[in-house]
Amino acid sequence: MNALGEALREFFGLFVEDGSLALAIVGLVAAATILAAVATPPVVVGLLLFGGCLAVLVENVLRARRNAAGPPLSR
Amino acid sequence: MSNWITIAPAVTSAFLASLVEVVEAFTIVLAVASVRGWRPAIAGSLAGLALLALIVLAFGPAIDRIPIGLLQFSVGVLLLLFGMRWLRKAVLRAAGIIALHDEDAAYRAETVHLRDEMRQRQTRADWLAGLTAFKAVVVEGLEVAFIVIAVGAGRGLLLPASLGALAACVLVLSFGVLIHRPLARVPENTLKFAVGVMLSGFGVFWTGEGLGVPWPGEDLAVLAFIAAFLALGLGLVAVLRSRPAELVR
Repeated sequence: MNALGEALREFFGLFVEDGSLALAIVGLVAAATILAAVATPPVVVGLLLFGGCLAVLVENVLRARRNAAGPPLSR
Repeated sequence: MSNWITIAPAVTSAFLASLVEVVEAFTIVLAVASVRGWRPAIAGSLAGLALLALIVLAFGPAIDRIPIGLLQFSVGVLLLLFGMRWLRKAVLRAAGIIALHDEDAAYRAETVHLRDEMRQRQTRADWLAGLTAFKAVVVEGLEVAFIVIAVGAGRGLLLPASLGALAACVLVLSFGVLIHRPLARVPENTLKFAVGVMLSGFGVFWTGEGLGVPWPGEDLAVLAFIAAFLALGLGLVAVLRSRPAELVR
């Protein structure tokens, strides 16, 4: 059962490795969902989702680069 | 409507992602076989495959009962989490910020780890070896199953995506049986980069579809998203390679 538990933990780790990236994506999707629910034009929701994902990636990668200049990254 | 615009990226994503996962599982199974012989390696692998088959049989039919909008949204969010994680890592590896994954090193580390474990628990050596192979097959197999479902379920492309994954399994196992060594020459980071780009593109598309966004160009929008993530990823690698850390700071 330990092996199975460990396998499941590793499986969930597929989606959440860098907590801040996962959190940013979930926050972005939540914002898009709320906007869609309050009858925002779909094109705005789509633009937020698409542009937001690109922005999240840029921010996260640049932050990882900054951190790499300090103490070594663990991953 | 399923056409080559959706089928080709789905099959390619499933194939490339499965290639990465099967290579990783194969490395560990091979390490188990080299330390303790093929019997526990094969037994553990078969047990892992049996569990995967059970999971797919148990949960597979449930997919048809999920409303399509909810399915697209859920799959889209998971694809964003999974794909952007791979893309981020591939960019950082390509830029030299984190080390590249090395199958030879993984094989050596797994072999040393297994030998240490077995020295400590001699009586359970076969059990431990089988368990290690089992875990590798289950973990990597779950990833393959997820990717196939994620890229295939939203448009009824489970069969083509499964065939893409199956082709990757056959390819890796054929090479593995022939050379009997870890497949260290597989360009793992390039594959992860490509898969991360495609899954992120699918993720934006499905999440938007689930939220009722009418993407311009319909299915063609997937290709536009993939192109955008590809351009951004390559651009980030170029910027990180050319600018010292303090400038980026």
